[in-house]
Amino acid sequence: MDSGKQSAACRKLHAGRGFLLMLLLSISAYGEEPALPMGLGGEEPSLPSGLGLGDAEPDLPPGLDGGAMDALEESEVQASSLEISGFLDLRVGEWLDSHSYLENRPLNEARLQIKMDKAFPAATIRLTGDFIYDDVAHDRGIEPENGQGWLDLREASIAFSPIDFMDVKLGRQILTWGTGDLIFINDLFPKDWHAFLMGRDVEYLKAPSDAVKVSLFNPIVNLNLIYTPRFDADRYIDGSRVSYYNATLGRIGGTDAITKVKQPNQWFHDDELALRLYRNLGAYELALYGYRGFWKSPGGNDPVSGRAIFPDLDVYGASIRGPLAGGIANAEWGYYDSRDDRNGKDPMINNSEQRLLLGFERELATDLTLGLQYYLKRMEDYGAYRRTLPAGTDPAHRSRQELTLRLTWLTMNQNLIWSLFTFYSPSDDDGYLRPKVHYKYDDHLSLELGGNIFWGDKPQTFLGQFQNNDNVYFAMRYGF
Amino acid sequence: MSSRRPPGFLLALLTLTLSFPASAAPTVDEIVHHANLTAYYQGQDGRAQVKMTITDSQGRIRKRRLTILRLDESGSDALENHAYLGGQKFYVYFHRPADVNKMAFLVWKHLDRDDDRWLYLPALDLVKRIAATDKRTSFVGSDFFYEDVSGRSLDEDNHELVETTKNYYVIKNTPKDPAAVEFAYYKMFIHKTSFIPVQVEYYDKAGTKYRVARALEVKTIQGFPTVTKARMENLRTGSATVMAYTKVEYNIGLDDALFTERFLRKAPRKLLR
Repeated sequence: MDSGKQSAACRKLHAGRGFLLMLLLSISAYGEEPALPMGLGGEEPSLPSGLGLGDAEPDLPPGLDGGAMDALEESEVQASSLEISGFLDLRVGEWLDSHSYLENRPLNEARLQIKMDKAFPAATIRLTGDFIYDDVAHDRGIEPENGQGWLDLREASIAFSPIDFMDVKLGRQILTWGTGDLIFINDLFPKDWHAFLMGRDVEYLKAPSDAVKVSLFNPIVNLNLIYTPRFDADRYIDGSRVSYYNATLGRIGGTDAITKVKQPNQWFHDDELALRLYRNLGAYELALYGYRGFWKSPGGNDPVSGRAIFPDLDVYGASIRGPLAGGIANAEWGYYDSRDDRNGKDPMINNSEQRLLLGFERELATDLTLGLQYYLKRMEDYGAYRRTLPAGTDPAHRSRQELTLRLTWLTMNQNLIWSLFTFYSPSDDDGYLRPKVHYKYDDHLSLELGGNIFWGDKPQTFLGQFQNNDNVYFAMRYGF
Repeated sequence: MSSRRPPGFLLALLTLTLSFPASAAPTVDEIVHHANLTAYYQGQDGRAQVKMTITDSQGRIRKRRLTILRLDESGSDALENHAYLGGQKFYVYFHRPADVNKMAFLVWKHLDRDDDRWLYLPALDLVKRIAATDKRTSFVGSDFFYEDVSGRSLDEDNHELVETTKNYYVIKNTPKDPAAVEFAYYKMFIHKTSFIPVQVEYYDKAGTKYRVARALEVKTIQGFPTVTKARMENLRTGSATVMAYTKVEYNIGLDDALFTERFLRKAPRKLLR
């Protein structure tokens, strides 16, 4: 018998009759007799408004109406251990500036992401691949290291726990830690700056690492140890898709001035090690970080070959995050030890730096959130830098300060999302604006319109160099 | 799980007891705490799969699928001295829609200060801390608020028993800090025997009812009366959300360590299926 109909009938009957009917009904429920049809039950009309003592009392829901209080039905189908999901993403962009040395469009691509997760009793295997048709790229051959070509393998990993308090994840994976919002101090995992500046989804700011991640957990302190046997550089700005300041030429360049690099690439020799010790203290999250590896984007030049290089880099740092004044505050510090130029006298290699980040985020009103950050990069051995700077070069300031502002406003039941992220440097007088509006049309389809706007006083400052790359983009994504 | 029906005579007995008023009427404090326990604190821990259906005024439907794990810190279900009360931890894992698939949300609910909340975004491997000042904002775009899902502290309202009907204790709750909330008061119809809040009605300053929560279905699971289907209706916008709970289980022995960053990054799959 249909228990839904039965309980609906129970409810109606109960509204009108006393315990005798209930008794009958209980027995009928037990004996699986058919319920009384509608119309034969003692349906009593509810009082019209104005006649009752305020509102009529609510009917009892099935389960409280004295009907069958049966155990839970197993209506859920057991989920399979293989999960497949993904999306199709179509994206087209347009330059707002006219260029002589970049392609016609910043973006014109279709991307199909397939994500497969397979859970075994002892391990989980995860595969995520993006199949890409990129109309702007010239070379469509696959380069698995930097994601160029028609396949970008985002993840190919196996995760397991050999002992209770230990997790291991081996293979290609996306890695993130630290407290900044689009500012990374102690997170030295590879970033894709092209993707970020051209209007791909923000998830593509993170490029995958080929690494092993070992995590140890205990009540005193947790440890993450990440070993990358061969250096994974950023997908750095090289002029192919975004124009930038080329220090050798002393001007902004694009496809006419593509950076040639000499990248450390020897397995188990040019490796990277990153570690994090962290724990919670009440509501506060504390962490210490260490890194041994290389500057992730070119950080110097080889005077012999003229190529850009990735000099040795060590980083030590710490962070704290927790509630403050009705919001979330964070502070993060890092010391960048440029090991190939410890005294700062080599003009061809980045000096060491102190980096500091202070952030605060809170809700201004329902569904409206404000985030503010202050970011400081301060060069060590500034005197040595100034003394050894090649004649005629405009010196950088010792300190670069940045302020960021994020505003996020959720409207239409959180289906229409307005967001603005702004970088502004008062010290270098340059900036970067990321406005975006995202609409979730339904559970599968979303539309996005956004832009990347840069400005700067001088072409050689960090954001000023991108001033010819202003762009807008439109994206459609179908998720499954 | 056994689906054997209780014998009819037992149900008849139960109906008998339902029909006569209890000898000693409980106090307002007892009623609201019993309802609070029933709605949010039953067992030491629990889990459920949730299917959420959001229907807007134009009939457009959006669906969410998630799994909720809960752990109580009090270690007690006793009403005496409010022993059941205490902090709680929630782990929410999103299955659908596709754009939130595999996201995980962690909440440490405190009685004495703002909750701690974290959101894990798998595509970025990012653990984001979320400010949690406003608990009366929409939970994942639905008509339910965070507070409806995890409970509103009883200390924030004054409670008054305004009526006792055949089936219900009717409690009027008035906020101690009216500026902090959007309602002037809300009325709860608490079922007299199970202490399930069957209907909750929110009224604005003009005395207009604008928001109604309703239990649509109740099942007894491991002896705990449990709302397995609930609806929240926004009478102003015409939007409504139905939450259907399946695979509800209590006292499964969840470990405190589950509610940490470790398991945000590495979802506890066996518990989520």
